[in-house]
Amino acid sequence: MSKPVEVNDSNFDQMVLQSKTPVLVDFWAAWCGPCRMVAPLVEELAGEYEGKVTMVKLNVDENPQIASQYGIMSIPTLLVFKDGAPVSNIVGFRPKAELQRSLDAVL
Amino acid sequence: MAIKREYDVVIIGGGPAGLTAGIYTARARLKSLLIERGATGGLIVNAGVVENYPGFPDGINGLELAEAMHQQAVKFGLETLTADVTGLELKDERRVVKTSEGDVAARAVIVAGGSDRVKLGVPGEEEFTGRGVAYCAICDGYFYRDVPVAVVGGGNAAVNEALELTKFASRVTIIHRREELRATKILQERAFAEPKIEFSWNTVVEAVEGEDTVKKLRLKNVQNGEKSTLDISGVFMAVGFRPNTGYLKSVLTLADDGTVITNEKMETAVPGIFAAGDIRSSSIRQVAAAVGDGSVAAIYAERYIAAK
Repeated sequence: MSKPVEVNDSNFDQMVLQSKTPVLVDFWAAWCGPCRMVAPLVEELAGEYEGKVTMVKLNVDENPQIASQYGIMSIPTLLVFKDGAPVSNIVGFRPKAELQRSLDAVL
Repeated sequence: MAIKREYDVVIIGGGPAGLTAGIYTARARLKSLLIERGATGGLIVNAGVVENYPGFPDGINGLELAEAMHQQAVKFGLETLTADVTGLELKDERRVVKTSEGDVAARAVIVAGGSDRVKLGVPGEEEFTGRGVAYCAICDGYFYRDVPVAVVGGGNAAVNEALELTKFASRVTIIHRREELRATKILQERAFAEPKIEFSWNTVVEAVEGEDTVKKLRLKNVQNGEKSTLDISGVFMAVGFRPNTGYLKSVLTLADDGTVITNEKMETAVPGIFAAGDIRSSSIRQVAAAVGDGSVAAIYAERYIAAK
């Protein structure tokens, strides 16, 4: 069962942009309540979408470069990357069913 | 849809009111289900420090408080279901709650779905959500370091948001359509004492504008009609809350603002249907009140069931 891997400013290119399968990036920070609420949902989705979408997490406090590069001004933000570019953008806490719908829409 | 499960009590909404009701009904050994569409906790999960909930002289983090309440309720046997409630029907003695995950029947229902933040409803608001238009300072203040921002509103939420934002922003302009704030006096005092906070009185926002991200607001003075612009990088909307009662219209007569009318026993006009928390007409929108409502609703729901 795959658990979301933490990515950072240095390995983002390799882990996300170069990935052959779509990647969902969970932009979060420790002080963000709704981020903590979204985290378990992303973990569950990691298992359900294993092989189809890879789930990773990026701490915006520790990795300001990538966060600002993608214009992240609100967290939690879930960006789905396909072939190196963002194809879907979910801002704010959403229930699992809604996250599944958003993922299914880009697969 | 066929009724999937039967309960003694179904609680709609997993904020402090619903969770408290759940603690009480579970301890009364009533088969109880709490239905929540998102994550439990309600609006306080967005609060950094809750200072006025009794028992915490140094305050408590909103999410922590919510998680503790949830843990406590589940410990006593409260079941939970993640689903959207789409309707409430009366079928003889049963109250049927229609949800996105099937129907459940109960002998009593406690409606505790609270409210959602109202959107301002101006051009640019949707477009720039997440790119300069925000609804939670605790969540997003960090992204507005050293830039000017605005907060729209005049109540506690607006002032709290503004004070939170002073930790990051270079300047915070509170835009309010009236001459004075509605917020609790102690919050007003703090706002007036804070050098980074400015006020734009008798002013409304007409539009949010920008390019990739928000750059300015178009404003109008409601007294003299004068128009102006305010250069900002972010605007936080804190103009009010809308009760989550749409699905109740067929069963209850709601107040003009959509809230649920109850008596001091949290009873609505329909026997077996109770309400607790922000969703109630006379609610003061405080955790302490929601918790009180939840316990009262649970006890009277228990008595209602026992009498049948």
